Amino acid sequence: MLPSPFAFERPSTIAGAVRAVGKSGDGMFYSGGTELLLALKMRVIHTDRLIDIKGIKGLDRIALNDANDIELGARCTHNKIANDPVIRAHVPALSSLCANVANIRIRSVGTIGGNLCFGEPHADPLTMLAALDARLVLIGPSGTRVVHADDFIRSELETVREPDELLTVIAFSRPTGPVTYRRFKHGERPSVNVAMAWSLGPSGRTIRSARVRVGALGSRPQPLKAIEDVLQGISVAEVRPAIEAVLPTALGELEVNEDRHGGAEYKRHLAGVLLLRNADEAIAAAGSA
Amino acid sequence: MTHVLPISFSLNGQAIAIDVPAHTLLIDLIRDRLGLKGTKRSCDMEVCGACTVLLDGEPISSCTTLAVDVDQREVTTIEGVTPPEGLSRIQKAFVLHGGLQCGFCTPGFIMAVTALLKATPHPTDEEIRHYLHGNLCRCTGYTKILEAVRSLAAEQVSEDAA
Repeated sequence: MLPSPFAFERPSTIAGAVRAVGKSGDGMFYSGGTELLLALKMRVIHTDRLIDIKGIKGLDRIALNDANDIELGARCTHNKIANDPVIRAHVPALSSLCANVANIRIRSVGTIGGNLCFGEPHADPLTMLAALDARLVLIGPSGTRVVHADDFIRSELETVREPDELLTVIAFSRPTGPVTYRRFKHGERPSVNVAMAWSLGPSGRTIRSARVRVGALGSRPQPLKAIEDVLQGISVAEVRPAIEAVLPTALGELEVNEDRHGGAEYKRHLAGVLLLRNADEAIAAAGSA
Repeated sequence: MTHVLPISFSLNGQAIAIDVPAHTLLIDLIRDRLGLKGTKRSCDMEVCGACTVLLDGEPISSCTTLAVDVDQREVTTIEGVTPPEGLSRIQKAFVLHGGLQCGFCTPGFIMAVTALLKATPHPTDEEIRHYLHGNLCRCTGYTKILEAVRSLAAEQVSEDAA
């Protein structure tokens, strides 16, 4: 398969890239291309111009900033995040997630920003970033805006990003408790995934708050509100029975697409299994901290 | 409108300077214009690994990489890791252990294993499986491929010990 012809531009600044992509909707940002080139080859997407952002300095930076936020440049490849010392030290679950996205070739060139902007529901990173309450920084012709990971997806394969807005940075507070992620998959994309992030109290034995997201079932990661509520303020030792008590209700509230990955009841069941395994891991991590 | 760009890159150590339309895929440049047919197109969607080449030493899917993206970089194909006479130690191990039958996926596997052993000279079974997870073989059932790579890892360990 060959994409239709397009022009290729290599701006060296964010402003230059935003200008180059233009308002007319005929240009697209391009980096790793692991999703975009596939769609262009299949001709389900057409563009007259690709704006290559790989020459823009600083978009692949990873840092823990003075506000105790972890910042991920949108152009970081999955491999870079997987092997980054800051991520390994502070969010090992994200390192592990990125080390297992798709396959080694995708991880060499595919970027976290591209993964998010493609809006594919069967994806790994967004579920965890939503559990981490990440903020996505978009820069467009009229300035900068910040969108929470929970609000980024409009519908399947569609995000709230305007065509001339460039996703530059993904930022989230440095976790203050265990972060866990599990997925079940048949092929390369997750059929169901569950991410959970706990914020622990000073003793490390009490959960101040918890965020739980289930992904790949609908168009965007969904919170498990009943689980989050029941975990708030309880001791780590009480977690398992607390989750089990409300799990059927929580799973029942999930919106689940039936697709080639499985039926709704099957996928709800898997979400519960993954959640409980995440909980066991988080309990062990809190106990050893 | 076809937008043609000049690119310069190293292909198996040889300097190449060529004009390519922006939408040219690396696999087509390598196979059709530069005549190196060892790199295979199979799934054409980054899943099977038959088209694997190394870009600055990292494995990529040449079927879904733009040729313009290799400008000023180093590309290595199966031809670049095959000695002028005979076979490389990785290729020999695949032959010795029966790690191929029809052979169509083999160039991709050899490239992936080349990158694996460079990054991790003594991979564990788990590391081998994890790295090669994205290379598909429909003949061998993978056991023989795993045996071949395992033998290379062990061989290096014994060389180091000596």
